[in-house]
Amino acid sequence: MTPSRLWLQLETVAAWLLGILWALPLLYAFWAAFHPAAYAVKFDLAAPLTLANFIEAWTTAPFARYFVNTILYTTMTTALQFVLCTLAAYAFACHDWKGKDLVFSLILIQLMVMPDQLLVVNYQTMTALNLVDTIPAISLPYIASAFGVFLLRQNFKQVPIALAEAARVEGAGPLTILLKVYVPLSKAVYLAYGLVSISWHWNNFLWPLVITNSVTTRPITVGLSIFGSPENGVNFAIVSAGTLMSVAPLLIGFLLFQHQFVHSFMRAGIK
Amino acid sequence: MNPKIARHVYGWLLFAPAAIFFILFTHYPIVRSCYLSFFNNPRGVQPRRFVGLANYAYLVNDPIFWQALKNNLIYAFGTIPVTVSLAILMAVWVNRRMTGRAFVRAAYFTPTILPMIAIANIWLFFYTPGVGLFDNLLKSMGYSGRNWLGDPDTALLCLMVIAIWKDAGFFMIFYLAALQGIPKDVIEAGKIEGAGRWYFFRRVTLPLLMPTTVFVVFNALINTFRIIDHIFILTKGGPDNATELLLYYLFQTAFEFWDTAYAAVLTVVIMAILMTLALAQFKVLERRTHYQ
Repeated sequence: MTPSRLWLQLETVAAWLLGILWALPLLYAFWAAFHPAAYAVKFDLAAPLTLANFIEAWTTAPFARYFVNTILYTTMTTALQFVLCTLAAYAFACHDWKGKDLVFSLILIQLMVMPDQLLVVNYQTMTALNLVDTIPAISLPYIASAFGVFLLRQNFKQVPIALAEAARVEGAGPLTILLKVYVPLSKAVYLAYGLVSISWHWNNFLWPLVITNSVTTRPITVGLSIFGSPENGVNFAIVSAGTLMSVAPLLIGFLLFQHQFVHSFMRAGIK
Repeated sequence: MNPKIARHVYGWLLFAPAAIFFILFTHYPIVRSCYLSFFNNPRGVQPRRFVGLANYAYLVNDPIFWQALKNNLIYAFGTIPVTVSLAILMAVWVNRRMTGRAFVRAAYFTPTILPMIAIANIWLFFYTPGVGLFDNLLKSMGYSGRNWLGDPDTALLCLMVIAIWKDAGFFMIFYLAALQGIPKDVIEAGKIEGAGRWYFFRRVTLPLLMPTTVFVVFNALINTFRIIDHIFILTKGGPDNATELLLYYLFQTAFEFWDTAYAAVLTVVIMAILMTLALAQFKVLERRTHYQ
């Protein structure tokens, strides 16, 4: 065997070891969730499997309601982002209007300072609008997304002008051209942006924590933080079960569509 | 309508829906935070009063602010080099054919898609003194355990380990994309020249990954002013402010102490840091383009 082959095999072993190390915390959470609390740190292969922790977690906290809230908030945010960012990106990529360049650079400020850091004033605004502790309030600060406008604009710019011209000659108006030419040709970007946005908002915590204060609005991350906080005194097996339950939709989605996820994050990250 | 004017009107109409929300939740709060930072808090019926730089004077003399800034720097400079090195290593490993590549890649990437709150819940148990996993491992090896999160010397480190675990796989994918973008003829040329794997990596791959590294480092820096969720579960800024990061301090000031004026000052400071970072990134990228 040549030295370089040996070297490559050593690399494979190292890659595996690091992979196992990286998977351990999650695997450990699975272990704790599916075994009685007594086995939390006793790794006995003969330990009895149980679903009791999941049942206990499900009945202790209103997880079903948290799920509904999260799904509502995430869907609403992503859908509105699609609409607003598509229209804005279309204006920036395919139309020529006064003040366009200045406005575009003003939008890019949001790539540096995000609503996450502006929560104090945004909270006051929501109070003034009488929206505190509502699901739209979690969504609204994020629906005009500089990132989304930027991503879609880049993509619209790559669509050949000839296609839009051909549609125009056939008598299509600007909105028809957007919906029949630009949007269908950008499916891959919408998929990428959608996946990134959904997982981002599913995981979002600080703003939802600030703006919600009841079970009927709280998303799963905020619910989970209350459920898992040490003051609550719930044992680790049950916390693990609750934690796994709340990440399950995302985790299953990721494992099924791993390829799309990785490619979406790649595509969305490269500007 | 005159078609020349119609063009401008149409552009603005398309942009208008987004514009409303950009102004309301990004630009207005930026301006408003700056404005509020020069006023005191309204007390009962007494409206807020202009106080000049008094809030900023308070900031300069606030030891917790300086501690939070220092912690932020330690957190950033402690995690980013490790995260970036691991991300490159992971990308190089996963980029070539090997047994079980799909599993390894999924293992690296999975922490990225989990919410920080869930991750903190899991790690909390690792760090729990006495009954936690780490203490149990230490005990089984004959060492005594310690209060990882309760000790100012180790608490921030505990948070940093979690950040590294979560982010390395995320940054890996940007390196993976960059590696796949390296032209095939460059790789072929390296093989013909007989360049060793390490030599080729150091002299060819690493320089070609430089733009990605700039992107990743700045994003990681920005993240330290954005992702503080684990602090809520693990330490709440303690013990003795050892894990106080700037954004968490802003949260506490605004929503635990209800000191809106001082919260505005902290917002301004965070905004200033983020804008400086963005300008620095822009300068670095601009300078680099000359070499390409």
